[in-house]
Amino acid sequence: MRDPHIHFAYLDERTKRMIRRAILKAVAIPGYQVPFGSREMPLPYGWGTGGIQVTASIIGSDDVLKVIDQGSDDTVNAVNIRRFFQRTTGVEVTTDTTAASIIQTRHRIPETPLREGQILVYQVPVPEPMQHLEPLEVETRKLHALQEYGLMHVNLYEDLAHFGQIATTYDYPVLVNGRYIMAPSPIPKFDNPKMHMNPALQLFGAGREKRIYAVPPYTSVESLGFEDHPFSIQRWEQPCGICGARDSFLDEVITDDQGGRLFVCSDSDYCAKTQAAAEQPGTAL
Amino acid sequence: MYVAVKGGETAILNSYRLLAEQRRGEVAIAELSVEQISQQLRLAVDRVMTEGSVYDPELAALAIKQSAGDLVEAIFLLRAYRATLPRLAYTEAIDTGRMVLSRRVSATFKDLPGGQLLGPTYDYTQRLLDFSLLATGAHPEPDTIRAAPAPLEAAPRVIDLLNHEGLVEDQAVPEGDPEPFDLTRQPLRFPADRSARLQNLARADEGFLLAMAYSTQRGYAESHPFVGEIRFGTVELCLVPEELGFEISLGDIAVTECQMVNQFKGSYTEPPQFTRGYGLAFGHSERKAMAMSLVDRALRAQELGEEVKAPAQMPEFVMSHSDSLESSGFVQHLKLPHYVDFQSELELVRKMRKAIARHDTGATPDPKDDAHA
Amino acid sequence: MSQAPLLRVRDLRCAYGAREVVRGISFDLWPGEVLAVVGESGSGKSTLLNAVAARHAPVGGTVEFAMREGPDGAGELADIYAMTEAQRRLLARTDWGFVHQNAADGLRMNVSAGANVSERLMALGQRHYGRLRAQAADWLQRVEIDPSRIDDRPDTFSGGMRQRLQIARNLITAPRLVFMDEPTSSLDVSVQARLLDMLRMLTRQMELAAIIVTHDLAVARLLAQRMVVMQGGYAVESGLTDQVLDDPQHPYTQLLVSSVLPP
Repeated sequence: MRDPHIHFAYLDERTKRMIRRAILKAVAIPGYQVPFGSREMPLPYGWGTGGIQVTASIIGSDDVLKVIDQGSDDTVNAVNIRRFFQRTTGVEVTTDTTAASIIQTRHRIPETPLREGQILVYQVPVPEPMQHLEPLEVETRKLHALQEYGLMHVNLYEDLAHFGQIATTYDYPVLVNGRYIMAPSPIPKFDNPKMHMNPALQLFGAGREKRIYAVPPYTSVESLGFEDHPFSIQRWEQPCGICGARDSFLDEVITDDQGGRLFVCSDSDYCAKTQAAAEQPGTAL
Repeated sequence: MYVAVKGGETAILNSYRLLAEQRRGEVAIAELSVEQISQQLRLAVDRVMTEGSVYDPELAALAIKQSAGDLVEAIFLLRAYRATLPRLAYTEAIDTGRMVLSRRVSATFKDLPGGQLLGPTYDYTQRLLDFSLLATGAHPEPDTIRAAPAPLEAAPRVIDLLNHEGLVEDQAVPEGDPEPFDLTRQPLRFPADRSARLQNLARADEGFLLAMAYSTQRGYAESHPFVGEIRFGTVELCLVPEELGFEISLGDIAVTECQMVNQFKGSYTEPPQFTRGYGLAFGHSERKAMAMSLVDRALRAQELGEEVKAPAQMPEFVMSHSDSLESSGFVQHLKLPHYVDFQSELELVRKMRKAIARHDTGATPDPKDDAHA
Repeated sequence: MSQAPLLRVRDLRCAYGAREVVRGISFDLWPGEVLAVVGESGSGKSTLLNAVAARHAPVGGTVEFAMREGPDGAGELADIYAMTEAQRRLLARTDWGFVHQNAADGLRMNVSAGANVSERLMALGQRHYGRLRAQAADWLQRVEIDPSRIDDRPDTFSGGMRQRLQIARNLITAPRLVFMDEPTSSLDVSVQARLLDMLRMLTRQMELAAIIVTHDLAVARLLAQRMVVMQGGYAVESGLTDQVLDDPQHPYTQLLVSSVLPP
């Protein structure tokens, strides 16, 4: 239940307005990192404060909120963040992807396709896709402004030269709306195609680094690659050990100390629904 | 049959209980009061106020109690609380020239108007554990104590004395006297102006700043520093409320100020002068104020036409890593689940090992390995 | 070919703090022409080069470069310090090259030779890995590096090889003007000759204009049609290389020439 001593969604209205202005700028320039005055939150920097500030600035009392981490509603971090919003807003919460109006996520995009009117809020640790190549923000800002992305492709070339394939498997850089290269947050590259032409609004919040960026609905998002070595996604040989799905991202669970392992859907809601549909074959997902 | 692990909420609630037990410790031992912390762990309180950016010894002491003495955690608590406080007004700038001094030393002159006042300091103690402190209760006074003289009234700043000859660079007010940058409201961007830099350093983690400062003394950008002056004491906080139109006094706060005097520079058009580094902290925090002044000076390298070759001279490096909330948060965030990303890495490593094994046996690559999106 | 100079420098002055190191230098550079700037260390020649290459802001004078011809005729001389940084950076990546004395300053030491050479092409939008690699291999061959070393990092290369790699990295976009700061000075004498020969061949083949800073008169003799002699920030003598070296007029030039040991 909502704590009446805390302002709705914790942030004061002036701060929310400041963040919403940043969000509007971000939506107007897809993929561009908008600096914002990130606040100290009751959770530490690095633990989702950016995503939380974005959600707190857009959430209203009739929103329905879903919070996931690693695809699951029940990981400790997701529970913690969901409790925070329950305490500060009293909004309805759900684990059902189709029922949510706002989904805050860490490291995954839900398997169930999103629809118009939904908002996906990503928690971002490192908003700058070139940071590991060029740590200086003064320099990377220029590179983005001048569209000087040679450095990114040098990095991909090197992977091909040394490994025969591109060695980036998560936080795989993308070109948004044909203009800005963006870090999609540490989602596995398996999830990258879901960002392209998505009917939902995608917002990205980096609290520690103090940046917000966005991909508006129906925007082109292309994963970087070469013409003769295009982007490709991961595949598993086995289906989910619980629901039998063959098209979702699977987590590996170690079941014994003899090397026994089981692969299960990372998306807990999708897995439950697939399992239910398998048991009752006429049920809509 | 495998069942996914649930119960995250229960685990969290239980962890609160265990944490409370750990914080309280042995129940038979008397509970520490916030008052005791505020009085007897004074210097911890000063650090938490400085980096927490709130001058309130009681709140700082509370944060220290709540965090069981983990000062970085206490600083986090205070900053998070500060973020919820409304802005009522802005005070006038404090005038450290009119400080009521408890301590004042200068390394640049043997004697100077106002004198050298040793004050309360660990500087000339011998670092021998005093086991008599194991017992609480009245303590025998040290032999040499007498009634301390009344703290000095204002003594002129060394910087002002040097300035009579024009020997020290003028810290001119920037054109138009702009509002200082507010780090708590706006994101830091580079290049950062002086007000942003000083604010960042004032809130910076003391350990980090100390290491950076130390590096400047060991060849990582030397600037030949001298302590022009360190002063510790109280200054008056004044406010001009809109409704009144005249100045009222809010009370006193204790601050430590360090003016570091550095290697002289000249330019094409100006004769050489000594350059400065500045440090300011709440309470009695000399190490912090000194470290801050050394790093402030080092970060001015580019402005003063010096070659930038050491980390302490790089504003982006120093100022991006100085905040303990950011550094602690991000380092510790590695404890959060990362198994989805790790799964992706596992899959890649297995694939590459398989490819090498196939290459060794001469087999062709497996087209099932990757689907094109 | 246009009759206007490619580069025009007028009254260039540079300083470090109170110390003036370049005192009013002027010259023109024509397409395909190589100019040597010769002097002892401390003469100001490297500072001059950096100021002309937009790497060190001067305190006085102008540097103008003839931009590529547009659809409406010959490119105009443009003041490089009046340009935006974006324009200068584009110039530096495409139409200019800069070869550092120490190859490590002009290379990415932590990526392969192939990546180093093809980076400019990738920056210009090329996205076919196979073709990029082929072009890189081709250029490695032209600078006499074994193409099988394309995936090796420069820190496994000898000094001479690194320098040749740096040259390939700069020339792959066929720049019209190349700046070189003591390109052979950090190499063994035995290796220098080979590199100089290669530079001479490439500048002729590609009709490159170049400004080469050197303290070595032999480098000037071999590579440059014209030369400028600098002493204490001033240009004390200039003219056709052969004339200046065979018949030096200024006492300082005479001193320089006479102190060179015959081979």
